[in-house]
Amino acid sequence: MLYAMLGLLKKEFLALFRDKKSRFVLIGPPLIQLLVFGYAASYDLNRVPIAIYNEDSGSASRELIARFTGARAFREAGRITRQSGIAEFINPKKALLVLHVEREFTRDLSKRKPASIQLIIDGRNSNTALIALNYAQTILADFNRSWTAQQRLEKPSARLEIRAWFNPNLNSQWFIVPGIIGLLTLVVTMLVTALEVLIGKALPGVLIGLVEASFIVLMAVYWFQVPFVGDVAALYLGIILFVVSTVGVGLMISSLAATQQQGLLGAFLFIVPSIILSGFATPIANMPEAMQTLTLLIPLRYFLVIVRGVMLEGIPLPLLADQYWPMAVIGLVNLGLAAWMFRRRLY
Amino acid sequence: MNAEHSVPNDPSARRLRLSGLIRKEFLQIRRDLSSIAIAFLLPIVLLIIFGYGVSLDARHERVGLVAENPGPETADFFSGLQGSEYFQPVTFSDQRAAKAALNRRQISAIVRLRSDFSRQSLSGQSAPINVVVDGVDANTARLVSGYLQGVWAGWLQRRLDERAIESTQSVLMQQRIWFNPAVRSRDYLVPGLIAVIMTLIGALLTAMVVAREWDRGTLEALMATPVSVGEVLIGKLVPYYLLGMGGMALSIGMAIFLFEVPLRGSLWVLFVTGSLFLLAALGMGLFISIIAQNQFLSGQVAIITTFLPAFILSGFIFDIDSMPVAVQSFTYLIAARYFVAILQTVFLAGNVWEVIIPNALALALMALVFLTLAARRMPRRLG
Amino acid sequence: MTAVLHSIPKNTAVAVAATGLGKHFTVGQRQIAALEGITLNIRVGVVSALIGPDGAGKTTLLRLIAGLLAPDHGTISGFGLDPMTQTDAVHAITGYMPQRFGLYEDLTVQENLDLYADLHGVPTRLRSERFHELLEMTKLSAFQDRLAGKLSGGMKQKLGLACTLVARPRLLLLDEPTVGVDPVSRRELWLIIERMVASGTTVLMSTAYLDEAERCHEIFMLHAGQMIRQGAPDAELSLLAGRCYEIHGAENFTRRLQSRLAEQANIVDAVIQVDAVRVVTAQPQPPTLDDLAAEFPSLTVTSVRPRFEDGFIVRLKPLVEQVNLGRALSPSTQAVDREGTVIEVHEVERWFGDFQAVKRISFDVKRGEVFGLLGANGAGKTTTFRMLCGLLPPSGGQLRVTGIDLRSAAAKARRRIGYMSQKFSLYGALSVRQNLEFFASAYRLDRGQRRVRLDWALDEFQLAAYAESSSGDLPLGHKQRLALACALLHEPEILFLDEPTSGVDPLMRRAFWSAINALAEQGVTVLVTTHFMEEAEYCDRLVIMAAGSLLAAGRPKEIRAQARSPDRPNPTLEDAFIQLLHNIAGSDVGASQAGPKGGLQGRSPQQSEQTPS
Repeated sequence: MLYAMLGLLKKEFLALFRDKKSRFVLIGPPLIQLLVFGYAASYDLNRVPIAIYNEDSGSASRELIARFTGARAFREAGRITRQSGIAEFINPKKALLVLHVEREFTRDLSKRKPASIQLIIDGRNSNTALIALNYAQTILADFNRSWTAQQRLEKPSARLEIRAWFNPNLNSQWFIVPGIIGLLTLVVTMLVTALEVLIGKALPGVLIGLVEASFIVLMAVYWFQVPFVGDVAALYLGIILFVVSTVGVGLMISSLAATQQQGLLGAFLFIVPSIILSGFATPIANMPEAMQTLTLLIPLRYFLVIVRGVMLEGIPLPLLADQYWPMAVIGLVNLGLAAWMFRRRLY
Repeated sequence: MNAEHSVPNDPSARRLRLSGLIRKEFLQIRRDLSSIAIAFLLPIVLLIIFGYGVSLDARHERVGLVAENPGPETADFFSGLQGSEYFQPVTFSDQRAAKAALNRRQISAIVRLRSDFSRQSLSGQSAPINVVVDGVDANTARLVSGYLQGVWAGWLQRRLDERAIESTQSVLMQQRIWFNPAVRSRDYLVPGLIAVIMTLIGALLTAMVVAREWDRGTLEALMATPVSVGEVLIGKLVPYYLLGMGGMALSIGMAIFLFEVPLRGSLWVLFVTGSLFLLAALGMGLFISIIAQNQFLSGQVAIITTFLPAFILSGFIFDIDSMPVAVQSFTYLIAARYFVAILQTVFLAGNVWEVIIPNALALALMALVFLTLAARRMPRRLG
Repeated sequence: MTAVLHSIPKNTAVAVAATGLGKHFTVGQRQIAALEGITLNIRVGVVSALIGPDGAGKTTLLRLIAGLLAPDHGTISGFGLDPMTQTDAVHAITGYMPQRFGLYEDLTVQENLDLYADLHGVPTRLRSERFHELLEMTKLSAFQDRLAGKLSGGMKQKLGLACTLVARPRLLLLDEPTVGVDPVSRRELWLIIERMVASGTTVLMSTAYLDEAERCHEIFMLHAGQMIRQGAPDAELSLLAGRCYEIHGAENFTRRLQSRLAEQANIVDAVIQVDAVRVVTAQPQPPTLDDLAAEFPSLTVTSVRPRFEDGFIVRLKPLVEQVNLGRALSPSTQAVDREGTVIEVHEVERWFGDFQAVKRISFDVKRGEVFGLLGANGAGKTTTFRMLCGLLPPSGGQLRVTGIDLRSAAAKARRRIGYMSQKFSLYGALSVRQNLEFFASAYRLDRGQRRVRLDWALDEFQLAAYAESSSGDLPLGHKQRLALACALLHEPEILFLDEPTSGVDPLMRRAFWSAINALAEQGVTVLVTTHFMEEAEYCDRLVIMAAGSLLAAGRPKEIRAQARSPDRPNPTLEDAFIQLLHNIAGSDVGASQAGPKGGLQGRSPQQSEQTPS
């Protein structure tokens, strides 16, 4: 039995890697995607264009503006000299935001009157807008703190000391790259199984998924320098269960599809909600109740908790039990159904 | 009997061949409902999931509160959190219990007021408020700390007001968010999604159906008829162009009427730029299927080169300006990038020609390049 | 194949002309000359056959003429037009049917016709009449609205032909139009071709059936890209005078006699022909049978007229690598108990939804028998076959293989079975050795056994030279050998062969059958489905199926006897087959056999009276 299994494994491996085209599809694109997406898929702002509309000639405004233009998140896109200039920068997307310092700024500040600045943000991408606003607030808070200290003003009665655990510099790559492990493994495994209309075979899909996931984990750790503080066994248990459950769904789809195109459609109807509802890019907690319930059916949801938890936080295996068993159930149910469907179709 | 052998270049024969090919394609679309599903069902599913399911704004974040020495001062500070729609506070008796909850991901931040908080804050010293956020999801962590800063600033202001003291907050910021003052993420996700949907119909579906002709050997039979390469390509383009525009119309309708996304620009701009984008996508799909020559490979390549990039590299969710320069230059190759910019602008800002014209020109160029490539690489013969 | 084409036209105008035609392909790192120095002339109105072993270059030549490939050197023209520079004009007068017919399976019969009429620019006013004529001719009128994908193999073939005929081509190019088609559909296809020829069409077809080639005006025989013979089919038969004989008197051991004769040095070819063995000798003198007298005491030799196939074999045999699998599988010395029944089929039926694909059939097969399963496309053969292999459970009835009930222990029974499917079920991306290793592990041979059997397979099937080549790149004949080797690795008691020789040239078919003979001699039971009626003569016993029922069962001789009539005193199996199908369903049986995919509408053939032995 074991011997037959090994023979089967070997054959599947060879079949996969002897074909030049499939070898390419399995290795080239995931590598490129990991690299590109690993850098692209980030909510961190980096050199976002900011335009400056400074009507004040004092030193305080210059210092404040220097803090903005000197921040890593922003880069100066230009100076504006009149009100209508704001639209000229924002509308054609030459600047994401405009910092407007009014004429009285330095004077008000030195008179210890509250001075105000205006920040005009392009809301076409409201998420980016919010993040930019956040950055701006942080810069302003720093400015206020140092101004208060400089001028020996009364200290505020309390101060915030914020520390981020697990990811002290709030580098989103640490969040996204482990997510990509799940994403690419899902896409590749699903396509291999769901498009294979003729033969419902679980093994190649599982193998491909395992190889793909291992490869991306290595890339994440050695290329993207994502920390790996947890237990490899805990991660691999997660990978195996995730791949098996994905293959289960893939075979289920392929057992229902009459043509490759239908298989593809089915794969899509599964992959896209999976990516969106898994917490890959947006927190599940922010979704409406009904959608949150729906996410319970998505293996990627559990896998993301495992991969992020194990790599970044070092969550031990026993604490992840609640993530393991739903994937196992999804996998077994789908494999069983798929086997039943295939048999029914064959007969 | 040979009188009827029409001259292949005769325009009426050409018309007949084209209409035959197009009718055939429509019949095939009608037979395999998955084409129609990809054009119409998938958009509905995607729009509903995005429209209702996705929100990038952190709301009701569970925050652990630890007051080591509870008193009126700590209660006063916490009341600011309890009243906020952003937070759902959970009280813990000590830091250890709170940390355990953070580790189990039950809460995403801890706000801890030390035992001497009341004393220090009343005595004019700056009392530290220790905040720990779960940094795993950097974006949420950043949003949570931003919200906490807001709560803190509000609390300071309130105290100063109570004591009738002028603000020590030196500079106040007034923010104006243009085009989407309510910062509804749906308003930008839904227009951007239209580009993703049209990529699916244009590139993916086309790549699959042309490759199918290779797989089933029908292309060989077509090649042996007087049909020209151009006619075969046009015979594919026309039906899937119409299908794609249908999918686009449906998506735009849903965006406006179901999700109430404002349309500040003109429909005709969407129509023209949508057509250009679709032609680029169709050209890409045709090109892929010509290179891959089988359905399985074609589908894989189409997803990997069109769908995923449209999702991640188009600026649809992730800001292109923030990407590393190398990745940014890569995005210039993604047709969806130009269309997403147009869609978000036309919906939320209006007909801003400075955005529409250069992006539309880029789309036209891509359409031209891919269609030319497809026509060039489409084999006229076997082998 | 009784009807013969009308005599060769006196016309001297040239339809197709080629000089010094050459075409190369690159496969892996190798350059392969698919065609080399081909020069030919086909006159208008002539029907020509392109024959030759697999890989001879037949398809390449047809594609060059159709303008689908560009020649590397030489010139070619069709009706004076150059397919390279005047491609459109050539396509306008040419009808080309590729091996897979070029049908859109998700379009209906009528929609396929419409499409090809549009593509060929057939004027609308001519269409209704033209369609009517084509549908009548192909007997597809009743199936106008059926999806092409749901037609039986024979019907697809006829529709493919109708689509290429829609524009009344002056030149008709057909690539293996009759592969995998049952004899009834084959006959109908030929009737259509004859009608086209009568109206002046020039036809060039490639075929693996020599009886078809024999009916053509002219033959082009290709081998390894070279033209080795061209001319009328009977042009060289005089060379064979005095070399063709039939040997009667082996009674029920005709097959054994055939294999003995095939081993003799002075015999070039030996095939079973009705009750006799037909041989072609190396010299113009009768075969010497002295060595066989002990085993076959009452043999008689009669001289017979040479036929086209003899010429083909004599011509090609010296050129083609000799693979004598019959010798490779040398018979074991121990006597085989031929009395045991190894397969019992009792009242077996199979339903697909509300379609009864197999209707309570019964028969049994004895150890060491070669047993044939014949029928038109969609008669239920494949379903029966898959049930016997344990791949498909029957809906009712009893099925025992080597005494094991397939319903309760299919896996156990399967271990004693070797199965070779029509498509050979090889893993194309794997090398020959890797395929063998895989099947060895799938059949759970242990390490020692595996080495022995692998060596055996590479050696006996002469595959050692190809051990590291991808099996997908092998020529068809090698694939067939490899598939047979894989099916025999675990030394099964029963071998199932599903259309093992479909599309395979006559030489390879002979080699293959000699292997089957040798296996049967060793006591291996062989179950085979085939469309080649002359191959059915190799069977000890056979059943003929139609519409899920058994039409006839028995020895080939008994079945032939059923078709005997005053005007046909000595019918072949093919005659008998067509006669039997004719009896149950009127004249268009081929068209009514649609199989489970198409559903069988209308006509419900009456239950066969035959009770199998």
